[in-house]
Amino acid sequence: MSGLPFHRRKSTRLAVRYAIAGLLVVIFCFPIYWLFIISFKTPEEIFAFPPVWYPESIQFDNYKVLFKDGDAVSVLNSLILASSSTLIAMVLGTIAAYSLVRFKTGGENLAVWIISQRMMPPVAIVFPVFLLYVFFGWVDTYFGLILLYTAFALPYVIWMMRGYIEDIPLELEESALVDGCTRWEVLWKVVFPMARSGLFATAVFTFVFSWNEFLFALVLTRTEVMTYTVQVTHYFGGQSNFWAKIAAMSVLGTIPVFIAVATMQRYLVRGISMGAVKG
Amino acid sequence: MSDLKITGLHKYYGAYHAIKGIDLEVPSGEFTVLVGPSGCGKSTLLRTIAGLEEPSQGSIEIAGIDVTWARPRDRDIAMVFQNYALYPYMSVGDNIAFGLQARKTASAEIAKRVARAAEMLGIGPLLKRFPRELSGGQRQRVAIGRAIVRDARLFLFDEPLSNLDAQLRDDMRVEIKRLHQELRRTMIYVTHDQVEAMTLADRIVLLRDGRIEQQGTPLDLFERPASLFVAGFLGSPRMNFMPVSLEPGVAVLGDGTRLPLTATARTGRALLGLRPQHIARAAGALAPGHARALVTVELVQPTGTRVQATLPLGGVSIIAELGAHEVSAPGERIEIDLDMTHAVLFDPTTERVI
Repeated sequence: MSGLPFHRRKSTRLAVRYAIAGLLVVIFCFPIYWLFIISFKTPEEIFAFPPVWYPESIQFDNYKVLFKDGDAVSVLNSLILASSSTLIAMVLGTIAAYSLVRFKTGGENLAVWIISQRMMPPVAIVFPVFLLYVFFGWVDTYFGLILLYTAFALPYVIWMMRGYIEDIPLELEESALVDGCTRWEVLWKVVFPMARSGLFATAVFTFVFSWNEFLFALVLTRTEVMTYTVQVTHYFGGQSNFWAKIAAMSVLGTIPVFIAVATMQRYLVRGISMGAVKG
Repeated sequence: MSDLKITGLHKYYGAYHAIKGIDLEVPSGEFTVLVGPSGCGKSTLLRTIAGLEEPSQGSIEIAGIDVTWARPRDRDIAMVFQNYALYPYMSVGDNIAFGLQARKTASAEIAKRVARAAEMLGIGPLLKRFPRELSGGQRQRVAIGRAIVRDARLFLFDEPLSNLDAQLRDDMRVEIKRLHQELRRTMIYVTHDQVEAMTLADRIVLLRDGRIEQQGTPLDLFERPASLFVAGFLGSPRMNFMPVSLEPGVAVLGDGTRLPLTATARTGRALLGLRPQHIARAAGALAPGHARALVTVELVQPTGTRVQATLPLGGVSIIAELGAHEVSAPGERIEIDLDMTHAVLFDPTTERVI
C-alpha cells in the first residue's frame, strides 16, 4: 500500500498521463514543424549541420520564388478542382442518396454496387481513362479532372449521405409534404438542414480526397491545370532536391485543407449525434 | 355536405391486405375517431386519406373533389403526428409558420395567425424557443398549433397523445376537445385508446382487421354494440361475458343460476354480456328484469371512487363495479344484483349480437 493519500496518487497518475500525451504530440507534430520551419529558412540554414532548430529570422524568399515563377498557381488549380468536384458530388450524391433511401431506387443491390466502385484500385483504370481522355481531348483540362474527381467522390458521398438521410425521421418529411411542400422543397427545407452536420463532414472528406489526389493528376495534367501535388514532385530532381521549394509548396498545399477542417471541425465532431426531437 | 367520402378502399402491402374494403363518409364539422387494436388498419387509413400512402383500390373525395391520386399538398389537409414532427433547427414560431410559408402566405397574415394559434394553445411565450427546450406536452401543443394555423378543410391526428404520460394525456384531451368546439372543423383522429375515442368523438369508427366493425356515436356503440368485439373493446373495465343456455325469457348460467331476459324467444347456446357497472350490491326489493346471486369475492381493486370486485359467477370470473365501501376484502360473501335490462346476447359462433 502506498503511503500517499488518495488524491496525491491520483494527481501523480494524471501528471504521468499528461507527460506521455505531451511527448506523443511533440513526436507527431515535429515533422509538420520541420516542414514549416524549412520553408522559412535560407538555403544555408537548410543544409547546416548541426541542424538549425529554429531560424534566426523568418524570411519569405522561398514563397516569393513560387509566386514569381507561377508555380503557386497549382494550388489555385487544386482549389478549383477540389471545390468544384466536391460541390457537384455533394449535390448529385445527396439527391441520389435520398432517392435510394426514400424510394428504394434500385433496391439494396444498387447501393452496394455504387459503393463497390470505391473498392477498385484506381491504378487499374489509369491507363484506360488516359486513353479515353486523349480520345475526347479532355487531358489537361479543368473539365476532365472535375469530371473524374466527381465520379470518384460520388460513391463515397452517396454512401455516407444515405446513412445520414436514413436517420431523419420520416414523419418530418411527411409533415412537410402535408404542409404543402413538393419533394424538392422537402429536400431543401427538411433533408438538408436535418443532415447538415453529415453534409459538412462528408464535404470535408470529399474535398480532402480530391485535394490530395495524385495518381490521375500526374497522368492527366501537363501544364494548364497542374495540381499542387504534381507540382511538388517536380522539385525532386535527378541531381538535387529543392527542399526550400518543396517545403514552401507543401505548406501552401496544407493551409487550405487546414482551414477547411478547422472551420468544419464542429460538424466533424458532432457528426452523427444529431437527430430529430423525439418524445 | 360531407367533407370526406371514402368508397371501396383497399390497401395491399405486397401480399398483406391491410385495408379490406372501407366505405366511410364524414360529415362537415364532425369529430370522427378511428379506433381499433394495433394492426387494424386505422393509421394506414388515415395516411391514405392524407395521401402519404396510395390506395390499391377505391376512391377518396375531400369536399366533393376526387383526391385519390392527388399529392398530399393538394388535398387541403393538416396533420398532427405521433412524434410531433417538429423541425429541431427551427424556433417554435417558425415551426408553426412552416405550413403557411410553404404555401406562400403573406408575412403579415402569417404573424397574425401564428399569434392567434399560440394564444389558443397557451404557447405564446414559447415562440422564440426551440423544440428541444420544450417538454413533451409543450411540443405536442406546438405540433397542434402547426396544424391549426393552416385553415385546412380536414384535420388529421395520428395518435397524437400516445407519447405523453397519463396526466398530460388527460389535459391534452380536454384541450383538443375544446379546440374542436371552438374551431368547428372536420377532424379525424386515430387512437388505440378507447377512453380517448369515447371522450373525444362525435362519432366512433371502430376498425378491426382492415374493416369497419361498427360506427356511430360513442354511446350508441357503448350501449348497442353490434358484436362481441365492439362490446369487449369499449368500456373499462371491459364487459363481462358469460356462456349461457337460452330458454324463452330466461338465460341459464353454467351453475344453474337463472337470469330473466326481456324479449327473446331464442333457445340454445349464447354469450351473455353485462357491463361491470350494471352489477351492484343487492338492496331493497328485487326490481323487474333484475336478478340476484350469492357470490364470494375473489379479488378487490379499489379505484378510489369505485371498487372493482372480481366474482365467480356461472363458472367464469366476472367483474362488478361497486361503491367504494360496498366490499372490503376477498373472501367476503355478498349478494349481488344484476341489471338484466342492460344485458346483451351474442351468438357464440358468429359473435354478432342476437
